Amino acid sequence: MTAMHEDILGQVANWRQAGKTCAVATVVETWGSAPRPAGSQLGVDEAGNMVGSVSGGCVEGAVVQEAMEAMQDGKPRLLEFGVSDSEAWAVGLACGGKIRIFVEKVG
Amino acid sequence: MDQSILDQLNADRAAKVPVALATNLTTGAQGLLYLTGKKGAKDWPHAVAERARAVLLSEKAETVETPDGPVFLNPFNPPLRLIAVGAVHITQALAPMASLAGYAVTVIDPRRAFGSEARFPDIEMSNAWPDEGMAALKPDLRTAVVTLTHDPKLDDPALVAALRSDAFYIGSLGSKKTHASRLERLRQAGFSDNALARIHGPVGLAIGAKSPSEIAISILAQVTQALRQQPV
Repeated sequence: MTAMHEDILGQVANWRQAGKTCAVATVVETWGSAPRPAGSQLGVDEAGNMVGSVSGGCVEGAVVQEAMEAMQDGKPRLLEFGVSDSEAWAVGLACGGKIRIFVEKVG
Repeated sequence: MDQSILDQLNADRAAKVPVALATNLTTGAQGLLYLTGKKGAKDWPHAVAERARAVLLSEKAETVETPDGPVFLNPFNPPLRLIAVGAVHITQALAPMASLAGYAVTVIDPRRAFGSEARFPDIEMSNAWPDEGMAALKPDLRTAVVTLTHDPKLDDPALVAALRSDAFYIGSLGSKKTHASRLERLRQAGFSDNALARIHGPVGLAIGAKSPSEIAISILAQVTQALRQQPV
């Protein structure tokens, strides 16, 4: 739980108050040496601005893209990243870990 | 996430209330669960409400399998705090160390010569009497209390307040002999042996610490142990 150090949900609330559409991504499961523990969060607004993190920067790009889609269709998604993924070559975790990330629209 | 849940979650965090966010990873259904009381618990299977407490105490998120799908529990705990009673030499090491370890530190000492800003740069100081200082700070489940003055007039009222709180750690500096007479005084004041067992005394892990800084390390190590290895 790192939300206290960088106030992710506070920032998301500020974005909402400013009338922006937002999404939150949360690490819900990790295997091996994942960069951020379960519970770590990334907030994204409609312009792609970010607060917090769900990895060491390895998968944030892909997560933001999914977050944008979640903002449009309103549906939550469960993403998985790891070295065994074919996608991993593009947006993999250099550390060799595996993570599952839940992405949801806010509001 | 509904706006109402985001707002309530942020309000709880501002009010320093430990709260767990439950999310059904299949349906996206969400709710907030608390350490005490049944608020919010009725919407979830018993196992989820039960694990919410464990997740808050261990500060480790986890997924609980339910017939309706996996439910992810994410704890949002108020910041850790350390209250040190006695602005003594050991405290000069303990306060910045605890601060580095992530604690919001307050040092209470009514003796102004001890508790001066010059001796404790960047540390919050209170010159209140320990009973008043403790009442103002309201130690909770995320608070460690350490008394270091050696003076019963200052240590005892702080310990009484700590014992009546949910503080996850209570430690008191002093030799075995000092500690024995301290416990006797607190027994006279009406505390049971069970309650008094919460006090770590002599304070700190037994690592052979000699200098004030080393004693601070042994205290902070014991505080960490109480935080991370407490049974859930």
